[in-house]
Amino acid sequence: MTARTFSLLSEPVIVSKALAFINDKRVRDWFYQAALLIGLAALLIYFIRNASQNMVQAGIASGFDFLWRTSGIEVPFVITNYTQSDNILSLFWAGVANTLLVTVIALVLSTLLGFLIGIARLSSIWLVQAMAGAYVEFVRNIPLLFFVLFWYFGVIAALPAPRESLSVFGVAFLNNRGLTIPLPDAGANFRYAFIAIAVSCLLHWLFLRWARRRKEATGRDAPVLRIGLLLLVLVPVLALAWATLATRWDIPVLRGFNYRGGFVVIPEFVALLAALVTYTAGFIAEIVRGGIQSVPHGQIEASAALGLRPGPTLRLVTIPQALRVMTPPMTNQYLNVLKNSSFGAAIAYPDVVSLFMGSALNNTGQAIEIIAMTLAVYLVIGLAVSAFMNWYNARIALVTR
Amino acid sequence: MRTGVPTSWRERLFGTPVTAVVTLLLAAAIAWIATPIIRWALIDATWNGQTRNDCTGTGACWVFVKARFGQFMYGFYPIEERWRPNLAGLAFLLGGGAVVFAPQRLRLRLGLAALVILPLLGVWLLGGGYGLRAIETREWGGLMLTVFISIYASLIAIPLGILLALGRQSELKVIRLIAVLFIEFWRGVPIIAVIFLASLLLPLIMPTGIGVDRLARAVIGLGFCIAAYMAEAVRGGLQALPKGQREAATALGLTYWKATSFIILPQALRISLPAITNEFIALVKNTTLVLVVSILDLLGIAQASLADPNWVGMNMEAYVFSGGIYWLICFALSRWSRSLETKRGR
Amino acid sequence: MKTIYLAGAIFAGSASMALAQQLAPSPTLDAVKARGHIECGVHLGLPGFSFANDKGEWTGLDVDYCKALAAAVLGDATKVKFTPTSVQQRWPILQSGQVDLLSRNSTITFSRNATLGLNFQGINFYEGQTFIVRKKANVKSAEDLDGASICVAAGSTEEKNAADWFRERNLKVTITNFQKNDDAITAYDSGRCDAYTAGVGALAGQRVKLKVPDDHIILTKPISNDPQGPVTRWGDERWQLIVRWVLNGTIAAEMLGVTSKNVDEMKANSKNTEVRRLLGAEGGFGAMMGLPDDWMYKVIKQVGNYGESYERTVGMGSTLKLERGQNQLWTKGGLLFTPPFQ
Repeated sequence: MTARTFSLLSEPVIVSKALAFINDKRVRDWFYQAALLIGLAALLIYFIRNASQNMVQAGIASGFDFLWRTSGIEVPFVITNYTQSDNILSLFWAGVANTLLVTVIALVLSTLLGFLIGIARLSSIWLVQAMAGAYVEFVRNIPLLFFVLFWYFGVIAALPAPRESLSVFGVAFLNNRGLTIPLPDAGANFRYAFIAIAVSCLLHWLFLRWARRRKEATGRDAPVLRIGLLLLVLVPVLALAWATLATRWDIPVLRGFNYRGGFVVIPEFVALLAALVTYTAGFIAEIVRGGIQSVPHGQIEASAALGLRPGPTLRLVTIPQALRVMTPPMTNQYLNVLKNSSFGAAIAYPDVVSLFMGSALNNTGQAIEIIAMTLAVYLVIGLAVSAFMNWYNARIALVTR
Repeated sequence: MRTGVPTSWRERLFGTPVTAVVTLLLAAAIAWIATPIIRWALIDATWNGQTRNDCTGTGACWVFVKARFGQFMYGFYPIEERWRPNLAGLAFLLGGGAVVFAPQRLRLRLGLAALVILPLLGVWLLGGGYGLRAIETREWGGLMLTVFISIYASLIAIPLGILLALGRQSELKVIRLIAVLFIEFWRGVPIIAVIFLASLLLPLIMPTGIGVDRLARAVIGLGFCIAAYMAEAVRGGLQALPKGQREAATALGLTYWKATSFIILPQALRISLPAITNEFIALVKNTTLVLVVSILDLLGIAQASLADPNWVGMNMEAYVFSGGIYWLICFALSRWSRSLETKRGR
Repeated sequence: MKTIYLAGAIFAGSASMALAQQLAPSPTLDAVKARGHIECGVHLGLPGFSFANDKGEWTGLDVDYCKALAAAVLGDATKVKFTPTSVQQRWPILQSGQVDLLSRNSTITFSRNATLGLNFQGINFYEGQTFIVRKKANVKSAEDLDGASICVAAGSTEEKNAADWFRERNLKVTITNFQKNDDAITAYDSGRCDAYTAGVGALAGQRVKLKVPDDHIILTKPISNDPQGPVTRWGDERWQLIVRWVLNGTIAAEMLGVTSKNVDEMKANSKNTEVRRLLGAEGGFGAMMGLPDDWMYKVIKQVGNYGESYERTVGMGSTLKLERGQNQLWTKGGLLFTPPFQ
């Protein structure tokens, strides 16, 4: 092609034009990107071709038909309505639900514990500060797998056998088979109670809006604390108490090997949760400490000069500014909790990795499909968490006018 | 909180009534928790002997660790060849030290040379061939393997991470997109699944007949995954650099790669070194996951040794010992990373 | 003239084809020979079947089979390397060609055969699933386990078997599925479960891993039959042939009374044609598979017949002390059987 162009035009013009063409940044950039894209695509096609060839050769079945086969796997801890005779897709969802359950609870608890330890690290009492520091240094430098194994084989296994269970007021029982808790026979009363709680939360939110507007307009304080206590504490407590007393309970009884009836929180769940919380709290504590220390001291002095006591200073001045610094690293920690929940596979917690990438993969042998679906679960949930945290981050970000 | 430093220990511990009460309560709690641990680990422990029967006390049976020490360190690596991992470790230490303490002008060249020579030397010493007895990776294990995986995975992760970080900052849309997709994918999936994926998928996507060593698969899987985290660490350094740096370099007529490698990267890497070290610590901790594909790293070999009928019930000893080693390594690294940070802070 | 040439060419062609058909290409065998050793996938560590001691030396019934295969193929029973595989990894490792075969007490099932691209080459151990329980729990049979919690390895046949068995009998049990057998047994020992379920043989092996083995009892009545044997992937018929007939050969040797002690004498003096074919004294059976004719002689000489291997690894000569039971020759009341060497 070049040769033909050469013959048509006189040489020097061509060379300079060609040089200009090559030196044009846009052209070059375009070229690099196209080359990279083509290279990657070629590599991908090559891998896929090899894989399909290898699979045909090895006689491995492919496709997603297996999802509708009966699973036959008994799962000791389900919060969906999966049973052994359902299909493998239901098994998948049961695993996803268990992953989500342990992740969400671990998120909340590790945030609380992390805040506690983070603030303890800044305590004025030396021993408190030192202990919190030692905890953080200890926890951050040990692989999570050790925590999981420690809680499971060290702590939970040391609980008594069913016959010597620790009884909680005679209705719940703690033993090495887990925590057996009573289950309501019918959920109707609880549904009403939760509706009542939701309504009172909504009322509280409306009240806060009204109070803020009034304060901005008139400068008068509303009885925020008292109304808050009433709506957020008293109403829920009363509603739950009513629902508890009005419902018939299936209280576990010791029969044969273990307690019958009720709902069993399996030790694997407790151990994984404890491991995730104690481990993640060490990291969150450091984030909290860093966040609080990042607030310039002048801010606190200024607030003291304005006459605010230490409590309101922490609540109104320090924490809001610290949160801004803390949100991005906290997002990372939350995503870590999600990913780390897969460590449950090491102790038979039936999460998506254990159930789907373990049991189902073994029964069907369709590695590629199953791994892809499992990875997709984490990516989708992870994206959702990131999206939420980004939204939250944008909301609390410094508004510069 | 940050109001002055209390002068004496007495003031620190018992300055005010509240402080005193809290201190006493906490001290009691510590004593209550620590006493049985110390009794088990030190006072009641058995240190001397040969077999499980020598452990008659109620405390730890460190005889087990002593009997298995060689395996904890080297796995099933042949005893008469153990000088090889030792020598490789020494070579890495000396090589690394030489680079760090070399005069400024030699450092880059020496570093690049070390980067090429040391990994090759390490593989040769451990794996054999060319005059040394060949020792397959299945015989490697223990702490030696943990260190090997950590170093070689980061040899993949750091260069790839730097490229990805540059890609993410690139003006070219496609490159940026590819880098972002790559980083977010690997950061979004659990490492346990990645190692499993690598061990299953790598043999499948290779043409028939070309095998990838079991250990190599785990290292590649970990390397890719950690590369994404490294990329984010490096990006922090890149973003911390004032924009003027690149603009000035371009104004001086430097090409993209020249500006990047002589102006931008040296500064960015120095800034992100603590973050990179932290990712390395995470990598060391994550090497424990290779046991899901039956590769026996330090934790794996500790677990495997528990299956020995002659040493039943040594779980605590095995876990405490191996956990302690992980802790020592990671703690030392994190201290180093923090000292880098404070040095930079000044 | 031309026709004669043509006929001659066709004849020569078909003759060479016939020769080629006799020895179908075997990429696995070629690879094994080039490599100089067999890659054998075994259990992570199951005393009696495949277990590595603290020097990394493997012993056991499943291990012995791979050693026998190495003796047959390479003439040296030590030319085999073992890859420990977990329940999860075993199929992918075989499918992707990382091992030449699996010999890791895996149960033969229809769906594995039909959908996983696997072939089972005979039975080297008739396993029956049962339970190990604490003596003080006073359990006599599996029916007494109503309400119990049971530890099992995830993805094993036992996992599904147990679930089905208890459901069919309307018994409610909690089954906890661990990724590795060792984790399951540790959890059982720590009191997490009332029972641990696996095959009789596997349980006998796992039992030594318990803190106080004598506190536990293995229920005698099995709830299922789980025949186990070496597994190969689809394709490479000649390799499958070798794997199948080495196993048959060890059983035939016991049947014919050939042991590692008398094999030299038998080879030299036996009048029995089947013995002579087996040991390569006549018939050229080895060559038909592309092996030396004394392939089984080397197996018996170096590893012994099935019975010797059984006694040494799981039988009375071992710590497991398993009776022969179903794994006795059919002539002595067991199920063990081999097609004739004819």
